[in-house]
Amino acid sequence: MKILIKNGHIVDPANKIDDIRDILIENDKISQVAKAIDTKSDKIIDAKDKIVIPGLVDMHVHLREPGREDEETVFSGTKAALKGGITSVLAMPNTEPAMDSVENIKKLKDIINKTAQANVFICGAITIGRSGKELTDISQLKKEGAIAITDDGASVDDEILFLKQLKNSAQEKILVICHSEDKLLSNNGVVNLGVISTILGLRGSPKEAEYKRVERDINLAEKAGAAVHIAHVSCKESVGIIAQAKKKGISVSCETATHYFSLDEELLMGYDTNLKINPPLRTKSDIAAIKQGLKDGTIDCIASDHAPHTQNEKEIEFDRAEFGKIGLESSLAVSVTELIKTKILTWTQLVEKLCLNPARILQIDKGTLGEGKDADITIVSTDKEFIIRREEILSKSKNSPFIGKKFTGKVEYTIFAGKIAYVGANYR
Amino acid sequence: MLGLYELNKEEIELILDTADSFKEISTREIKKVPALRGKTVVNLFYEPSTRTRVSFEVAAKRLSADVINIAAQESSVKKGETIIDTGTNIQALKADIIVIRHDSSGAAAMLSRHVNISVVNAGDGWHEHPTQALLDIFTLREKIGKIKGLHVVIVGDISHSRVARSNIWGLTKLGAKVTVCAPPMLIPEEIEKTGAQVCHDIDEALKSADAVNVLRMQFERDLKGAFPNQHEYFKKFGITKERLEKVKKGIIVMHPGPLNRGIEISSEVADGANSVILEQVTNGIAVRMAVLFLVSQGKEKP
Repeated sequence: MKILIKNGHIVDPANKIDDIRDILIENDKISQVAKAIDTKSDKIIDAKDKIVIPGLVDMHVHLREPGREDEETVFSGTKAALKGGITSVLAMPNTEPAMDSVENIKKLKDIINKTAQANVFICGAITIGRSGKELTDISQLKKEGAIAITDDGASVDDEILFLKQLKNSAQEKILVICHSEDKLLSNNGVVNLGVISTILGLRGSPKEAEYKRVERDINLAEKAGAAVHIAHVSCKESVGIIAQAKKKGISVSCETATHYFSLDEELLMGYDTNLKINPPLRTKSDIAAIKQGLKDGTIDCIASDHAPHTQNEKEIEFDRAEFGKIGLESSLAVSVTELIKTKILTWTQLVEKLCLNPARILQIDKGTLGEGKDADITIVSTDKEFIIRREEILSKSKNSPFIGKKFTGKVEYTIFAGKIAYVGANYR
Repeated sequence: MLGLYELNKEEIELILDTADSFKEISTREIKKVPALRGKTVVNLFYEPSTRTRVSFEVAAKRLSADVINIAAQESSVKKGETIIDTGTNIQALKADIIVIRHDSSGAAAMLSRHVNISVVNAGDGWHEHPTQALLDIFTLREKIGKIKGLHVVIVGDISHSRVARSNIWGLTKLGAKVTVCAPPMLIPEEIEKTGAQVCHDIDEALKSADAVNVLRMQFERDLKGAFPNQHEYFKKFGITKERLEKVKKGIIVMHPGPLNRGIEISSEVADGANSVILEQVTNGIAVRMAVLFLVSQGKEKP
């Protein structure tokens, strides 16, 4: 099987390409990237006026399987990912049961083998049951296929225990992803602490709950000589702390999620539970700092933090609703709209954040369009406006605050492992 | 009607003026007018409340509405029904107005998004209690003749008070100056951005005050760690005769009830010449009649 993508504007920072090229795919690999390839193929995709980028690597995704198949499954989640131009996801371990043992990872691998529509990489847990009490055996988890560890949703409060696991991870050369939140400080807060929490009469979570824990996590990582990745950075102070640590040469990377540069806390005035997210939406000045951090390189990646929840977990009283929103199908569009159209990032920079950097941080051979690499490719139309509609969402859960909103940056084709895995409505 | 945050000055004044005209009805031999005859008002109360529920019930009945009271503790809600399902079921009964009291902030707003009938917020969490603030403002306006230029002190647990929030919006929109007074732990973050001023010393706050609204202190909940004990609070913030002797003679003392005598207010003050606490109760009926009447008139969702 040969597919030829013609006349697309290729953005491939790994190979320093930002120009019109053709791409030839043979079987599941990219066989040639060149100007005006003229060869017989089974299928030609005309990518004129389109941007052609590596399939996105989303390193923060909750697929919910096993345990909460009513919210999402590996199948539905990866279908949604492909629609969003994402070809590789890192599945968070806060499933039921958690990915804290060889046995559980084996079960998940089996599900992935049978049902995944895109690459699913496995993230193990830091502690048994993610309860912060007893460490997992990361050498075993790694052997079984976990490429990183996290207790996402929780931070390991016990510093001695966490330091121990950081040392283990340095030994095992496995990345530790930190959900940096001091739950004593966040104090069951459901929105950012400030005038909005005051007006709404909702419990506020202060920024200190995040950035003080970011600071601690980085300090412990430095002490242990481990590589850490700070998940879902949401506030100005965290960006500053990470920038300082990088300057010092500490091995730290970080991601933000699309909502932390596109949505601010003022939108919560209507109590939309789809905007109830942890860490909470922050202020306009935090958004500015996140954008600056993306621009200057402090923030390495953009993830979706795709967190599906059913209607009956979301359409209830605000303080009782679950945290999180879905994002696989919107993260590229939100990024293009908020970062490219506003000229905050170039396409090359955006591809680094969405494809190349997460692949490098996770040490997976993805995120590039190099010859010989896996043919995971996304083709995007950049100027056409479109509206995100509830009925078009492929994820099992529909908890998106972006429904009804207008965006640019529509995925027209997603090619996964050399096969056309998603085709936009205009090309079907 | 979800809160005073979203109402403008003219809308608030319309409610107060309408309440003015309804107040007289409660003094008649036959305390009833047919303004809401044939309409059904459902009081949907998720929190135990006697005063507010009774006040709404009396108000609705004086307008000739049929009133249904649902106490969530003894209804299908207890069996796990969601607030939206309860709301749409009430709508299916062809009720016209839901009056909702709930312990979660935003519950009234959420309900109103899912039903096509009028929703009146009778208190949601720490968010708003608009009819309480309207009756406070109505009482003040009646006593002093105006709101603009007044200085009103609200004292008590501001952090957890929907009454304080609604009063801040209503009073500042009508041109009054509002000072909130409490120990720092009980003042919510960035409250000054709402237009209220903050003072931690009640004697200082009262110096230029025309009125003081004394909030109920709920030591049984919410206050753990915020203040050592009731007696200490009474000493530092309690509204007493001695305190009032040092300030403007005619200062008006309000309280949304129920009173904790000897905790936030002394009996002498509660029953004294400055107190308008029982007038507030009477005015509450007129104000709630006005709100029910106006929302029933609204073509659009109010």
